[in-house]
Amino acid sequence: MNHLSLIIKREYLTKVKNKSFIVMTILSPIIMIALISVVAYLSQLNNDKQRIIAILDETGMVKEAFKSEGKITYNIFENMSLEDAKELVKQTESYGLLHVDAISNLDSISNHIKFYSKESPSLTMISDLEFKIEKKIENLKLQEKGVDIAMIQDAKTSINILQESFEGEETSKIDSVIKLFFGGASGYLLFMFIIIYGNMIMRSVIEEKTSRIIEIIISSVKPMQLMLGKIIGTSLAGLTQFIIWLFIGGALLFSVSIIFGVDISQTQTPNQQMMGEAMQNPDLNMQVQDIFNSLDHLPMTNLIIAFILFFIGGYFLYSSLYAAIGAAVDNETDTQQFIMPILMPLILAVYIGFFTVIEDPHGTVSTVFSFIPFTSPVVMLMRIPFGVPLWQQLVSFLLLMATFIFTVWFAAKIYRVGILMYGKKPTYKELLKWIKY
Amino acid sequence: MSNLLEVKNVSKNFGSFTALNKISIAVPKGSIYGLLGPNGAGKTTLIRVVNQITMPDSGQVFLDNEPLNGTHIKDIGYLPEERGLYKSMKVGEQALYLAQLKGLSHKEAKAKLKYWFERLEIGDWWNKKIQELSKGMAQKIQFVVTVLHQPKLLIFDEPFSGFDPINANLIKDEILKLREDGATVIFSTHRMESVEELCDDIALLHQSNKILDGKLMDIKRQYKTNTYEVGILAKQNDVLKKELSDKFQISEASFKTLGNELKLNIKLSDKEKPNDLLAYLCQQGDVCHFVELIPSVNDIFIQTVKNH
Repeated sequence: MNHLSLIIKREYLTKVKNKSFIVMTILSPIIMIALISVVAYLSQLNNDKQRIIAILDETGMVKEAFKSEGKITYNIFENMSLEDAKELVKQTESYGLLHVDAISNLDSISNHIKFYSKESPSLTMISDLEFKIEKKIENLKLQEKGVDIAMIQDAKTSINILQESFEGEETSKIDSVIKLFFGGASGYLLFMFIIIYGNMIMRSVIEEKTSRIIEIIISSVKPMQLMLGKIIGTSLAGLTQFIIWLFIGGALLFSVSIIFGVDISQTQTPNQQMMGEAMQNPDLNMQVQDIFNSLDHLPMTNLIIAFILFFIGGYFLYSSLYAAIGAAVDNETDTQQFIMPILMPLILAVYIGFFTVIEDPHGTVSTVFSFIPFTSPVVMLMRIPFGVPLWQQLVSFLLLMATFIFTVWFAAKIYRVGILMYGKKPTYKELLKWIKY
Repeated sequence: MSNLLEVKNVSKNFGSFTALNKISIAVPKGSIYGLLGPNGAGKTTLIRVVNQITMPDSGQVFLDNEPLNGTHIKDIGYLPEERGLYKSMKVGEQALYLAQLKGLSHKEAKAKLKYWFERLEIGDWWNKKIQELSKGMAQKIQFVVTVLHQPKLLIFDEPFSGFDPINANLIKDEILKLREDGATVIFSTHRMESVEELCDDIALLHQSNKILDGKLMDIKRQYKTNTYEVGILAKQNDVLKKELSDKFQISEASFKTLGNELKLNIKLSDKEKPNDLLAYLCQQGDVCHFVELIPSVNDIFIQTVKNH
């Protein structure tokens, strides 16, 4: 067996057999799912609560707008003073009282509506009430001007603009959301992967230094082989962990939602909310249909190939730097100073991905950063679902590869010298000097 | 006898610091070669060059008359001074891993390890983790791993540090046995008594330069001062002392005797013969002690380094 595969095997096995690794692998998804379930369960509980809201409408014009539905019951008070109404609300332990003062002119109604309650009401509830009143008054005003409401209702149309590129690819708003989801997920996955397993590589390099086995090892293998073996072995262990997480997480999620009837979708991520907004199509079947259509529209082959290539390229680029840091220092506390400059472009990439790419996937900023090697893996992965010309992908990937080769060379230099250096924490200047050794 | 290892004009700079300055050494096949020098003299760098850990800036290294290359990794066994093992790995697994890195197959490595573990009576450590072992125990494992693949050249950097006298002796015997079996040993240490005991050849490095090398016996001959340590019981010690000091260059000596003997170091000039001195002394009283003073490696070391 050659050296590289021996090293990979050892790195992989020690990582996988490590107790804390096993515990993390099994416990993480359990804790995650447990947390999600608890939050989902609690918010469900929250929504299930029946609320009574009293309405005292002294104008008598808006009270019809309030029809009890779902979890909110409206209790309309008539011919009562405000004080009596408040008292009654307190006694019946209703949630609150909406009071509309008596006025003659609809235009000035805005300043005469108040909500009384024991605790401050939620924003959604207030906007819901506002929406109902606005709607009602709008209608009243329209009627005043002699407009037939029924006609207006009749004239309402819902528009969903279909989009098609000149090449004949059809897209829609839901498509964009799905694309965003895919791009964001793969970019974020890469980001997480680099941080978690990059650190793991760094720690394992430091471990070899502190246990002083390094000199024994590199009298048998080349430092470059050792470094690559470490990176590959750790990555495989990481991949194993990720896959196990996916399986345990999926299985748990499924069983939790079956057994406890907790609807996980109750906890909405911003992404899902956006998806919800985009899909104001009332027909559920249509929605599902649309999602499947959108998936069809995704450049799947391109996405998968690009994902694999950029993921590996980006991951190796960063992990070789992590390995170099591990070699340069003696203990983990000294690493901070060197990790910051590595994390900066990575975090920048994620921010650009989540803000700029969403805004305009093919804008100048997104395009430029999808070429710069240290941000390109994340930004490009987020852009690709929106369709990136092949030449751009190729150029970006070649740049990434060139930088990757350069950083591995650079990291190997630092690694080769650093693993035999003990004592003082090196400065950047000294690191540059090591390259020449 | 031919040389197993030849280092020719090897230089190595780290930035503006010169670690090795045109060093040449030749290690005869089957010898035990002592690499000596004060701290920071360049011993470790030289050893790393031989192990291909550090690449020299200039100069060449030959192993068995071939320029040093990647295939020689399996021919060298190296026990560094800064040594350790993976703490959380099991002894057996770890030894197998390191042996395989040296080019042994899994099966070979296992068989050889079994042999060595039994021989050093550490068989029941196989499934222990390194962190459960004491430092000395871990050192034994490191020793086994170093010699396991039966390299032609063994390099030991401070092999006895961390061993108790019994285990140090055990390791010393093993090193001698390995030499008998045909291995060549390079030995770097600050313990001069083990150099005295084991080494056939030595090289002395000081401030990145080689300042002395050769057969240990030749060096000693070169450094001896023709001085003899004498113990003699005369009728009147004071008178004899006075008489001797007129004839020779003498100084007080200190060694243990049972009686009240006169103890002196007597230095002879190149023309004078020790036999003549002994004959003369015999006439003066009872000679109970007559030894030629041979400079110890320690003396040679200190003297040479100081003179530079």
